[in-house]
Amino acid sequence: MAKLSCASCRRSATSTYQQVVPLTDRIDYLCPMTNNLAYCLAVEKLLGLEIPPKAQWMRVMMNELTRINSHLVWLGTHAMDLGAMTVFLYCFREREDILRLFEMVSGQRMMSSYFRIGGLALEPPLGFFEKVKSFADRFPGNVDEYEGLLTGNPIFLMRVKGVAHLSMEDAIAMGATGPTLRGSGVDIDLRRDAPYSGYENFKFKVPVSDGGDVWARYLCRVQELRESIGIVQQALAGMPEGPTKADAPKVVLPDREKMKTQMEALIYHFKIITEGFTVPAGEVYQAVESPRGEMGYYVVSDGTAKPYRVHMRAPSYANLQVLAKMCEGGLIADVIAAIGSIDVVVGDIDR
Amino acid sequence: MALAPAITDIEQLKSHPALARLLEWNTLAVKAAKFDRDELTLWVEKGLIREACAILRDNPPCPFNYLCDVTAVDWFPSQPRFEVVYHLLSLPKKERVRIKARLEDASPVIESVTSVWPAANYFEREVFDLFGIRFTGHPRLERILMPDNWEGHPLRKDYPVEGYR
Repeated sequence: MAKLSCASCRRSATSTYQQVVPLTDRIDYLCPMTNNLAYCLAVEKLLGLEIPPKAQWMRVMMNELTRINSHLVWLGTHAMDLGAMTVFLYCFREREDILRLFEMVSGQRMMSSYFRIGGLALEPPLGFFEKVKSFADRFPGNVDEYEGLLTGNPIFLMRVKGVAHLSMEDAIAMGATGPTLRGSGVDIDLRRDAPYSGYENFKFKVPVSDGGDVWARYLCRVQELRESIGIVQQALAGMPEGPTKADAPKVVLPDREKMKTQMEALIYHFKIITEGFTVPAGEVYQAVESPRGEMGYYVVSDGTAKPYRVHMRAPSYANLQVLAKMCEGGLIADVIAAIGSIDVVVGDIDR
Repeated sequence: MALAPAITDIEQLKSHPALARLLEWNTLAVKAAKFDRDELTLWVEKGLIREACAILRDNPPCPFNYLCDVTAVDWFPSQPRFEVVYHLLSLPKKERVRIKARLEDASPVIESVTSVWPAANYFEREVFDLFGIRFTGHPRLERILMPDNWEGHPLRKDYPVEGYR
């Protein structure tokens, strides 16, 4: 395990740019597409690539489905840690639907690698949008169901209200991020405050709660479930037509059809697969709002076909150091609630 | 979309709140600046890093009160070998700035910024663990990702990819 601890960073420097994409899936395995997005955006910024609107909207839609997927795992396990078994089963029922959608577009349920540098790996298949629509239509009812089991549940409230308190000053100074930061009353969401991938076209609220306890963080995340499904609905309604890959033959793999009929396409395909593509020297820090908070990819290029350094700013790692502060003066039994409320993923800590 | 050329002239970048504040404080603090791909990088004198960070944090018009990240880059074999990289964010103004300090190979040591942001604690431990850069004034500078008895610092460029055998 120890050897793995910096493996992603180390491997990144010995792989070509597109070979890093599958590694990013495995860092925060509950939100693979958010990792893909952060890395692809960083490299696209280094290259100065323009991404077609359909690819951007698909990225937003998949990213929000990923957020729901991740929050469902959090909600289920958090409730189970506190003794509520039923919520877990309900959450995993809906999560299964989302994983089926992922499988439909990328062929993979979890390690999807669906976003590639320059766009998407594949066009969404026929019937995909109808499936997403039917999921998005019934999901708000499911959230009501979870809330019916937890939000008014006196046993749950006793375990979470006033537990693991974190003040706004401490949250900022200790580097808390995402719902942990918003649960302490700080109004920041990178989707709204530093829009990327076309998020400026979507309308959504940023749930903030100033309680600073496990309950406040719970409320933020549950509200986010509702906001995310709203973004998915908007993306479905306004999905633009057009290509899903940037017009950059030296970077983006050509279609299979073109490869078999055009000489240039075949040459580019061969070059990209064997050598990769070079990226102008420079450095970029691209932060995106992952389900756990600010996920930043710092990519340094020295002008060759392999990234000189890829560093991931992991939200779980940042949130983990707040845990000790939260638990000061509390009960040992409440540490369980506190860990659940910061929603850490070990793959994200131990990159 | 063609890339705009990077701006490296400090005079042209003076309007950025971070650079303006640092120059106002100490004209020798900033050694170089670069504005590239919409991101501002400032190279700060390594001896002044903690004070410079404190100045930026308490900068009233645009306080860079949130430390996103601390990491390092190893430019082996060129000199100075290491760059410690700080990413700062201003929560009220949503501005970002990247601060860098260059360190020589022989004894890579820099002052810790944990007294400015407690958030730096784990990030600096990670940099110490993987690059072997020491942070003076850090409350607990021990390995965090690798085991305590590990030899070498795995993200240095002269560390073999497969590990020492």
